[in-house]
Amino acid sequence: MKLTQNQTRIPLYAAVLFVCIMSPMVAEAHLNSTGMGPIYDGLMHFLMSPEDLVPVLALALLSGLRGATFGRRILFVLPAAWLGGGLFGLAASASNGSAMVSAMWFLLLGGLLAADARLSLRVTSALAALLGLYHGYLNGAGMGLNFSSAAVLLGLIFSVFVFIALAAAFVVQLQASWTRIAVRVAGSWIFASGLLLMGWAVRGLHGLKSP
Amino acid sequence: MTTIPRQLLARWSGVLAVILFWTETAFAHVQKGEAAGFLSGLKHPVSGLDHVLAMVAVGLWGAQLGAPAVWLLPVAFPMVMAFGGMLGLMGVPLPGIEYGIAASAILLGAAVMFEFRPPLAIAAAVVAIFAIFHGHAHGTELPPGQSGLLYSMGFVIATGCLHGVGISIGTVHRWGWGQKLLRLAGAVVAMGGMFFMWKAIAA
Repeated sequence: MKLTQNQTRIPLYAAVLFVCIMSPMVAEAHLNSTGMGPIYDGLMHFLMSPEDLVPVLALALLSGLRGATFGRRILFVLPAAWLGGGLFGLAASASNGSAMVSAMWFLLLGGLLAADARLSLRVTSALAALLGLYHGYLNGAGMGLNFSSAAVLLGLIFSVFVFIALAAAFVVQLQASWTRIAVRVAGSWIFASGLLLMGWAVRGLHGLKSP
Repeated sequence: MTTIPRQLLARWSGVLAVILFWTETAFAHVQKGEAAGFLSGLKHPVSGLDHVLAMVAVGLWGAQLGAPAVWLLPVAFPMVMAFGGMLGLMGVPLPGIEYGIAASAILLGAAVMFEFRPPLAIAAAVVAIFAIFHGHAHGTELPPGQSGLLYSMGFVIATGCLHGVGISIGTVHRWGWGQKLLRLAGAVVAMGGMFFMWKAIAA
């Protein structure tokens, strides 16, 4: 069988690929050693903090179940409130979040989602504003006022914005009834996690990160 | 000298590249035990057969009963189970936990075996009562140094997935042979429950 020109080069490509794979880079375990900067710190802080992420997920799913209008409203209200709370928190003295309050957010939003509560647009927006102000304040207060904290906050807000957009849009387009039930089941899981978090808070073993 | 066919060489180079790129994530540090907390919670329900039997039986029974029980029971169980876990964490004692867990497998298995069809409220109440025992026993077993929140999330998600396994198996209920198979599965769960009851009494 006659080989084409590309096929004759396969051993060469394989050798180059092998050399590339065998040339390891230094593994940078921490973000501060990668030099990616404060924006990415903010991005990753939100994504790696379940006490921030899960209530936002619950709110995004809840607004997604109610439709595109709710999703669009939350998409702007929550990050704006988070930014406001964060700026206020930057100027404030350091403050630690309460695990009990985090548990309450899990219970409230998870319960509303599991029950498929038909909240008005105004109430949903108010919930989003409260959630954003509270978590933003904690994030800001945890960072303190310094040169890079505003950039961290921006990264964080960007992360919140993209996360809500994706989660709410995903739910809005669900049509089959079982898919909407699956979203409500996720709400029951969030509620259940909140109950257990409340128990851990009483024991003092909640393991929440400082904001 | 024998030469390796070029096409074979290309194929094996591809396989080698896939294997070399298929690397595990290197966890340099466990920050406050958080990643480990989630994985511990995720693994915990699967590691205890008594828990697995009851969780799967809830899914099987829900699938037998059909809508709305098929989703109501798996929603009720984790929520009430978490309530039981919260009681345990707060130090509220619950007598006869091991008996309750074994009884849950026996009764839920029997319900599947006999295709017992009570009103929805009673089915939900039965499942909820047993969920308290499971939550009280297992929800509080946090390994030292790990995050309670992540452990709880992993624990609840794994429990929900076990219900999902039960529901998936229960989809065979639409066929005649599937109904018999489900009854058999119920019998196996009930027998497993009897074994755990015997162990609890013997202890």
